This record gives sequence, structure tokens and C-alpha cells, in this order.
Amino acid sequence: MSQQQIVARFEIPYRAYLDAEGAALGKLPAWVEDGELLRRMYRMMVRARTFDTKAVNLQRTGKLGTYPSCLGHEAAHVGVGAAMHPDDVLFTVYREIGTKFWRGVDLLDILLYWGGDERGTVYRRTPQDFPFCVPIGSQMPHAAGAALAMQIRGERRCAVAFVGDGGTSQGAFYEAINFAGVRALPLVCVIVNNRWAISVPVAAQTAAATLAQKAIAAGTPAVQIDGNDMVVTREVVGEAIERARSGGGPTVIEALTYRLSDHTTSDDATRYRSADEVAAARRLEPIERTRHFLQSRGLWTEAEERELKIACSEEVEAAVKQYLATPRQSTDAMFDYLYAQPTPAVRAQREEARRYAAVGH
Amino acid sequence: MAKMTMVEAINMAHAWEMAHDPSVVVLGEDVGTNGGVFRATVGLQQRFGKARVQDTPLAEGLIAGTAIGMAAQGLKPVAEIQFMGFIYPALDQIASHMARLRNRTRGRLSCPVVLRMPHGGGIHAPEHHSESLEALLCHHPGLRVVCPSSPARAYGLLLAAIRDPDPVMFLEPVRLYRFARQEVADDGQALPIGCCFVLREGTDVTIVTWGAMTVDSLKAAEQLAADGVSCEVIDAGTLAPIDFDTILDSVVKTGRLLIVHEAPRTCGLGAEIAATVTEQALYDLLSPIRRVAGYDTVMPLYRLEHDYIPGVARIADAIRATLAE
Repeated sequence: MSQQQIVARFEIPYRAYLDAEGAALGKLPAWVEDGELLRRMYRMMVRARTFDTKAVNLQRTGKLGTYPSCLGHEAAHVGVGAAMHPDDVLFTVYREIGTKFWRGVDLLDILLYWGGDERGTVYRRTPQDFPFCVPIGSQMPHAAGAALAMQIRGERRCAVAFVGDGGTSQGAFYEAINFAGVRALPLVCVIVNNRWAISVPVAAQTAAATLAQKAIAAGTPAVQIDGNDMVVTREVVGEAIERARSGGGPTVIEALTYRLSDHTTSDDATRYRSADEVAAARRLEPIERTRHFLQSRGLWTEAEERELKIACSEEVEAAVKQYLATPRQSTDAMFDYLYAQPTPAVRAQREEARRYAAVGH
Repeated sequence: MAKMTMVEAINMAHAWEMAHDPSVVVLGEDVGTNGGVFRATVGLQQRFGKARVQDTPLAEGLIAGTAIGMAAQGLKPVAEIQFMGFIYPALDQIASHMARLRNRTRGRLSCPVVLRMPHGGGIHAPEHHSESLEALLCHHPGLRVVCPSSPARAYGLLLAAIRDPDPVMFLEPVRLYRFARQEVADDGQALPIGCCFVLREGTDVTIVTWGAMTVDSLKAAEQLAADGVSCEVIDAGTLAPIDFDTILDSVVKTGRLLIVHEAPRTCGLGAEIAATVTEQALYDLLSPIRRVAGYDTVMPLYRLEHDYIPGVARIADAIRATLAE
């Protein structure tokens, strides 16, 4: 009989601080004593949801292009933003407006992008962050590359990359976390597992019990968290960021949440999932539980809730007004950013496009 | 006969061939339960089962690569790439393997695969959803590239693509998916790959185009007809290999050639057509060959997409310029 021994064993921890009602499950991290920070995080979640609701309505009334709602992802998105340092660099998919807003991206930018205008990628306050990444998983090597640059220069910074559950099926995801593992790159990868890649559930995407465990093969620490719990999100992502920034290498964090909306406004999720499943997920959504948590700590009042909703609505309406009043770019905008110096063909075609813009094409 | 859209005709061609050839298997992202994001495969999984209509993980390289293995095992995979802009992870498999397997194995193994993908812009889609990348595919020997421009041609050409013994890239113009309804007979009759379709006969100038640009080219031809200009409009239909016999016959007749495509001008397929016509019919030409194409830019986000995509005015101007020379 052959000799057999176990040469490696792995386990994936699951972490959460709050239950579905927003009650603490145990001892909370010390930073939770910073009530103002908790309030800021909550306000940002509500701001993201208010914007999101409006954006869907704008699309429905023909004033915005296809839009991917972030409904239900607010704790995961804001929690990551709140864990990052300003000099870290963010790589997202296309849904993480809560993270972008936290880092200072304007509401108008997001409206312009989904409104078919490249000026929505300008991000005045986060000049190193990448724009949304539509080709699934392809942002992951960029984040690894940014992390490698930070490592080469000996900087105390890190790259933070989002990827979705579907994105973990792409080769680029494995390539990036493998490289991050072998080079101990300052990379924090947050897999937002919202259970659905358009119509394909995670169970049809992988036979793995968790998405976090995909990191085991890359030799990278991995953890699964309740992504609807903003406390655990900020805490675990924050721990990973501090480790990455101090030379401790990468971490892969799987944040469990649920896409309460259609994939985008072009999708109809009722074709492929049950109302019961969505209703059950809705009971776990992050905003109400966060409000309960704040209220239980004496950090939030009904009056503040009313004021916040009004303030968010006013801010969103102002951004929408600005968006709708933004004239479209001239046709020069197609040409002016292709190269640092325009080629002769670019210059000639720019003239041609101007001519047809004037007379109709 | 039922009147139907192009996307419905594509669905019907799938169903016909799956019903008549048990080796046909459909795979791709969201093609099963959801029936595809454009509904091209709607109802197929219910009718033919989960083994023959497979929702894959979200990985285009996987889709193209597994189609190769399936085909070499005697299946006929019809795979969907959700949008042409997402083909890049699959290009390694397409270029390095799908296009070459027959040649590498001296004919022992082959890839009767169809890769279907929405092509082009014009529907206000997000970034990366409006690409016209046919030249990338036509440049790889071993591939056939097909681009239908009507429901009936989509039906007949998709049947031909599935029955073809070699890999066929099947480009479906998104602007035409639900553009017009046409009677399409569900008779299992394929149309020939490698043949142009003459959409309008004329004597003064030949316009070669394909996909959604056939619509604008026909409109321009109609407009010019009012001025007494007779345009012959040819839908290339198959982009690799191109039916040069039909194009050359037309050019010999008209003496003038305009090529219209949505993809960027530089190294676009128009250059190949112009070069071949120059080589074979230079002395029949009465004026230089002209191209109307997308600009050499990234496909802009949708607010400017109609400034990018050639329209009737650009085509009509080019026809007039050709005739003035």
C-alpha cells in the first residue's frame, strides 16, 4: 500500500460583526468608538442609494444610457472606501459608486460616464484611480501592476481591486492573484460576491465552496466576510490594507452580498431568479441594519434621517440638473486624447468630423 | 411564412439545426435560462435541454477554447461571445488554435465551430459594447467571417456557418437585430458562404459594404437616384473569404468603387478590397477607389457614436466625389 500523508491543509475564516438587525455579534473593533466615522459611512451609503435610484429612473425616462445599479452593495462599497488611504489606488468593476464617492468622485462624473460622455472618467480628486472596467476581470492585472510599481519604489501604499463573482472565472483574475502572491505585492482584492453574474448564479460559476479559497492556490491569505456589514468590511479590508502597506503582501477578501437589482437597466432578472430569493436577500440589505446599529449606539435620530434624505435628494437633483445641462462634447473629443501628440491621420480626420458635425453626417 | 426580426431569425436557425443535427451544441454566457442578452437563444434550453444549451462561466477564453475541444470530438459548437468587444480574451484561442488546428494536424483534427457575436454600435450601449473588429478576424488564415444584413440572410448564413467544416466567425449587427421584420421561411435552406449579395443594381458606381452599413448605403443610393445617379449596392455578406468575382464584375460595369464600413479606416477591410480591385481591375476604373469608414479612433461613448459611424451624408458625398473625378 502506498504511503499517504497530508501535505497541506487550508481553511477559510468567515467574519462578521453585525447581525441582520444591526446588533453587535460580539466585541467590536476599537475604531467603532469613532461615532463620526460611522455616521459618515452611513451617510455615504444613503447618498449612494439615493443616487442609484435616481440613475435608474433617468435611464427609464431616456435621459441616461444603460446603468448598472448598486442596490444592496452599499456596505461593501463604502466599507472598502472607508478603509483605504487617500494615496492607495482603486481599481473597480462598474458598480462601485459608493467607493468612488467616498474617494471624492463627483456624482456628475458617474452620470456623464453612463450618459455616454468620456468626461465622466476625469475624477478630479483621485487622479490615480482607474475608471470603471467593463471587460470582466481585466482590471486585476492593472492592480497587480500598480502594486508592483509601489513595491519597486518602496512606497508605503497599496492597490485595492474589486472583482465580481463572475470575474473570478476569468484567467486574468488568477494570473493577477498568482503574481501578487508570489511577489508579495501590496494588493488587496475584494471579490464582491453578489451571487449573480447576469443570469448565472455562483453555483453555476464554480464548484468551490467559497470564492475566497481561490486565493489559496495563489498562496495568498483569504477571508470571507459579510459584505452587508459595513463594520466588518472596513475592519477586514483595513487590516489587509495595513498589511499590504507595510510589506506583508496581498489578501483576497470575499464580501458576501446580493444584487437586489437587475444586472443593468437592460436586464430583467425575473427571467432567471425567484421573487422569494430576492425577498429573502432584501431582509439582509445593508442600509437599514446600519441605521439600527447607529441608533442603538445613540448616533442617529429620526430627525437626522429626514434631514439626510432631503440633503441627498437635493444633492442628486443638483447633479442631475448639471448633467442634463452639460452640452455634449464636440467631435474633437474623439480625437484629442488618442495620443499625446496627434498623428497626421488624426488631425485630418478631426477636420473631416468637424465638417460633418456642422452639416450633419 | 412568418415576418420576423433578425434576432428571431437567428433563433430559428439555431432551432432548425439543433432539431436536425444532434451534434449541434450551444454555449456561452447567459445563453440558457436567460436566452442570451439579446434573446438570440431564447427557448433553446427549454426545448433541447441543458446538455445541448450550456451556460458557461464568465470567461471568453474558456468559451472559445472549449469549443475547440468539443469540435475536435465531433460536436458542432455554436458559441456566443456576448459582445464583440469582449472577444479579446478569446483571441488567443481563436488565432493560436481554432484557425490552425486543421493545418497543424494535416487535416486530422478540425474545428467546425461557430462563434456568434453582436457587432458594431448605434444602440447607445456602454463602453466596449459597440466594437467593429472584423479586420482582426479576417487577418487570420483559417477563419471564415460572415456578417448578415437582413433576417433572411442571417437565417440562411447561420445555417451555412453551422454546417461549415471550418471555424466561422458570425458577426451580428446589433443595429439590425430588431431593425426590420421580413418574411423568413423556416425551411432549413442555407445561403452560400463566400458570396456577395447584390442589394441594388446600378451602372454608375459600385458600393461594397456589409452589416448595418448596408442600410445607410442603400439610403444614400436612393438619395442619389433622385439626381440621376445609378448606384449598385453590394452586401459583401462574407468578409473572409470575400467574393471578388461579384465585386470585380460590378466594378468592370460601373468603373467606380466606394467601400463603406463602420470599423476604423486604417487597416480596415476596405483597404484589402481596394488593393485587390486595384490589382485586378485598375484599367477598368474611371476614378480612384474611395473608402467611407469609421474614424481611426476608439469607438466613442454613445453621445458621439453617430458622429463616429458613417452616415448617409458621408456616403453620398463620397459617391458624388467619385463621380466628379
